[in-house]
Amino acid sequence: MLARLLLVALCSVWLTAPAQAQSTNVILSTTTSTQDSGLLDVLVPMFEKKTGMSVKTVSVGTGQALALAARGEADVALVHAPSLERKYVDEGKMQNRRLVMYNDFIIIGPEDDPAKIKGMPRAVDALKRIAETQSRFVSRGDKSGTHLLELGLWKQAGIEPKGTWYIESGQGMGQTLGVANERRAYTIADRGTWLAFQKRINLPILVEKDKPLLNIYSVMEVNPASGPRVNVAGGKAFADFMVSPETQAAIRAFGVDKFGQALFVPIAGKTDADLQ
Amino acid sequence: MELIGQGVFEAVRLLLAGDREVWSVTWLSLRISATATLLALACGIPLGTALALSRFTGRGFLISLVNTGMGLPPVVVGLFVTIVLWRSGVLGFLELLYTPTAMILAQLVIAAPIVIGLTLAAMQQIPDKFRLQLLALGASRRQMVWTLLKEARLPMLAAVMAGFGAVISEVGASLMVGGNIKGSTRVLTTATVLETSKGNFDVAIALSLILLVLMFLVNWALTWIQQRRAG
Repeated sequence: MLARLLLVALCSVWLTAPAQAQSTNVILSTTTSTQDSGLLDVLVPMFEKKTGMSVKTVSVGTGQALALAARGEADVALVHAPSLERKYVDEGKMQNRRLVMYNDFIIIGPEDDPAKIKGMPRAVDALKRIAETQSRFVSRGDKSGTHLLELGLWKQAGIEPKGTWYIESGQGMGQTLGVANERRAYTIADRGTWLAFQKRINLPILVEKDKPLLNIYSVMEVNPASGPRVNVAGGKAFADFMVSPETQAAIRAFGVDKFGQALFVPIAGKTDADLQ
Repeated sequence: MELIGQGVFEAVRLLLAGDREVWSVTWLSLRISATATLLALACGIPLGTALALSRFTGRGFLISLVNTGMGLPPVVVGLFVTIVLWRSGVLGFLELLYTPTAMILAQLVIAAPIVIGLTLAAMQQIPDKFRLQLLALGASRRQMVWTLLKEARLPMLAAVMAGFGAVISEVGASLMVGGNIKGSTRVLTTATVLETSKGNFDVAIALSLILLVLMFLVNWALTWIQQRRAG
């Protein structure tokens, strides 16, 4: 009996072992927003069909995604934290950074808007007002691209957010929206996730369309010197794919059927300076 | 409450509609966790038996370690297995990270101490006199161990249930070493986390219910074997 069970166990292990040669596996290190929005469910199969390679998507916060890639634990990164990205490129861990697309962040909060920030043109001023009035604010607190952008805004405002009004959820965008909704608090969200949660939360947009709220995604290849066994060709193929006209068109169309508006704007070929 | 009702409805709909993704995720959960449990039994039963029947210095300490291991936090296991399987890790050359095999490995680490601990307890509840009697009747050491194992087989089914229950319901390790990759390493628990973070609460509830039903069916079958033999 036991011997038979063991045989079955060993057979199933063997069956589940990867059969492909390593060069056809590309590890993509990316953020939760690209996965949670469903964009990768569209793009990854396109890439796999085109190249015959198979993509392993690891979706974590941008901070972790870049840290993993910089250790050579991935082949290519698709993330949204320009300042951090430039740091890794300068250090030589990542290379060939190219802009892919953008969407935007919005400041949302309770309908009664205790800090009276509705319609303010500048995000920094809105955050200052939230801090002054000690209105509750939920931060991601997870080194994600969204969190890094938020920290950048606080820095510009010259405020070190601290106190009982400043809540760190330590979770993804979806859960953080849930916390903000329950606690009647302000938060910063990417528009895509906010749209996806419309049915569950009641947090209207209060501040939007300010330049610093742009959410820019780039693709970068991992420098083969960053670690052993990096699939250089696979990483480059995926990065090239992300900025190809066909993919850019798919990005432009993504989300229109579900939300009535596109979630991302493709910007391949542009530079950071073009967006200032 | 309305949401849970929606979830139940969604679960029934997904299963009846033969949603391919839901079925493949369910099947993968079962396959990975069953394999991990069987492997845990293969190494846990001999080790637990050896620990129950032998006497040596440091035995108490070792048993304490096993008992601690019975409550090993899955995220801790996940973290260490990930680091070992990284390309830069000790076993990096195997290219196992983000594969079902890596998940089986992590789940094996979680389940093995449970099987060892419960085997130890099952063997120890057999009166010592019985063992001595067997030896007095001229049984060889091998025959003695075999008879004791047969004697302990019913409580040891509890080890199977506890081990399987621990690994099929854990999410921390599976998420870290598997990466929750669609069509490859996405299992019921990691899919539930993902659907929750996407805001698809009805699908998340549906997946949870499928997991509960799956666990119930497996335990039902095991309990049936256990009680039939007991009766």
